Amino acid sequence: MAKDKKNYNPFKSLIWKSIFRTAVPTEKRGRMMQVLNNVFLHLHPVAVPKHSVKVKYTWCMGGLTFFVFLVLTVTGVLLMFYYRPTVENAYTDIIDLGETTPLGIMREIHRWGAHLMVITVWLHMFRVFMTGAYKPPREFNWAIGVILLVLTMLLSFTGYLLPWDQLAIWAITVGSNMAAATPLLGREGPGAALVSIGDINLVTPQSDAKFGLLGESEVRGMALLRFYVFHCVAFPLVAVVFMAVHFWRVRKDGGVSGPM
Amino acid sequence: MRESIQHFINTLSQPTISFLILFFLFFFIFPPNAWFHRINRKLGLEALWTVKGGIAIFASMTALLIFGGFDANFRSIILKPDNVPIILLLFGSIFFLWLSMHQAMQNDRRLRGDEPPEEWVKESDRKVLVWPDLVYIELIAMVLCMVLLLVWSIVLKAPLEEPADPSATPNPSKAPWYFLALQEMLVYFDPWLAGVVFPTLIIVGLMAIPYMDTDRSTSGFYSYEKRRTFISLFLFGWLVLWVYMIIVGTFLRGPGWNFFGPFERWDLHKVVALNNVNVSEIVYVKMLGQTLPDGILIREGPGILLILVYFLVIPPLLAKTSLKGFFNRMGSVKYSFFIFFCLTALSLPLKMLSRWFLNLKYFIATPWFNI
Repeated sequence: MAKDKKNYNPFKSLIWKSIFRTAVPTEKRGRMMQVLNNVFLHLHPVAVPKHSVKVKYTWCMGGLTFFVFLVLTVTGVLLMFYYRPTVENAYTDIIDLGETTPLGIMREIHRWGAHLMVITVWLHMFRVFMTGAYKPPREFNWAIGVILLVLTMLLSFTGYLLPWDQLAIWAITVGSNMAAATPLLGREGPGAALVSIGDINLVTPQSDAKFGLLGESEVRGMALLRFYVFHCVAFPLVAVVFMAVHFWRVRKDGGVSGPM
Repeated sequence: MRESIQHFINTLSQPTISFLILFFLFFFIFPPNAWFHRINRKLGLEALWTVKGGIAIFASMTALLIFGGFDANFRSIILKPDNVPIILLLFGSIFFLWLSMHQAMQNDRRLRGDEPPEEWVKESDRKVLVWPDLVYIELIAMVLCMVLLLVWSIVLKAPLEEPADPSATPNPSKAPWYFLALQEMLVYFDPWLAGVVFPTLIIVGLMAIPYMDTDRSTSGFYSYEKRRTFISLFLFGWLVLWVYMIIVGTFLRGPGWNFFGPFERWDLHKVVALNNVNVSEIVYVKMLGQTLPDGILIREGPGILLILVYFLVIPPLLAKTSLKGFFNRMGSVKYSFFIFFCLTALSLPLKMLSRWFLNLKYFIATPWFNI
């Protein structure tokens, strides 16, 4: 190696090869193997239709949504080290993130990233609609996409409460009041009085849909804990499962759509 | 001069005026059928989707933003950190609308000349390798996205308001911005409809789209003419009933959920007289000059009748007349679902219009539920 320094190529070194299993390929066969041999890249097929790699066609919105989701996962995990979901600590922990905690900018990245993800999901859906890409055989994957859209908004909504400031609890109060208006199941919804056994009304402020959402009848400490668990564990897990199906179906249904 | 322009914009942006203009212009800009398409062409509205048209749209949007920026009140709303994403959404949705329509117009022209769409590549050089042709685009996209996020995070600090206080209700209390179209609907419908039934129907309706629109020949490329009905209706839902309503809900709704123009100061004591009436009162008191009947079924009869006609008589009527071709192509099941979702979506603008022009409160008002 030392003899011909000029020709030293780090992409052919022992360490590189041990990690990536092959040198950086320049010929067709090697490039195909590059995708097949990599656990992350093998989400992709080896080759794709020419038009489907054009930014003009896909706008990269689906991929960027996934990327922002990953950014949110990483920053979210870091934030969990410094944040306690209790009425006593939540607000002051957020202040500390802005003032004393090292790399507290994670909160900014997380918050703006959450807004960005809602927008990229919407634009992804808009692109899929405008190219007619939801049509058979992709109709079920469109439905999965709608569920992912709802999950994105639920993730953002549950995260809204965690700073425990005025904006947070009142936005969630406005939102959860809707649950109280659910027909039959909400305390103020039409037909709530019908759900009863004899004289005992089953839909009360201690048992209705809003209670189920918040874990109590108004937005207080239990709601904070519940939204924290939804936000950090339950919804991300569900979203990952749906994403897996979504990506798998993209492949199975013939890849990124194109003209017949 | 500046004040008169500001006054003009304030007046124009009132939902009563801006929504009416949007509602009536919309189908000429995005024609759902051949008749609208002819007028669209006569008026030369397709020019919006040329490069020049795109520049004109963006120049006017930016000019409006800069003009507004000189006004302290407008600036404080626009630059509120949590409102920045909505500006991003506004510019993003218009830009991508232009981009998709631009490509659709090009493809429409090709299809009329019996050429394949631009996305079509001949079989022999159809495929490119993911490594490196796709991977490097993904890498650049990720880097640019991360740069955007980092710059955004460094420039704007994440806001934090006063600590949560359950006893001090802020006025107005707003839901997160992406739900503001639903909150805006609360002005016109009761919470069980605006907050529960309509969101559920939006989700189900979106999922149902590919089961109603199954024509595979227009899948996989941008186009407009052959898909105009579905595209026009979808864009109406997305741009008018969703994005427009979010912008009204975020920027133009102040204390008491009253309307305030972009250059109007939020006045806590603004009082808007509301003397809304129900269909029953319009029919019995105003039209027939009687008192309201006692029996609830008779009293609400006209409203019930209106809703039944709307959902049960109009669909078969349309199927026999103007939507005949549609009905024949789709079959009765698909058509029923299609027309149900359309009429439900259309019930929002109809309710808005009847609120503004007839002071209508409810079609049906009962002690148990109101519609």
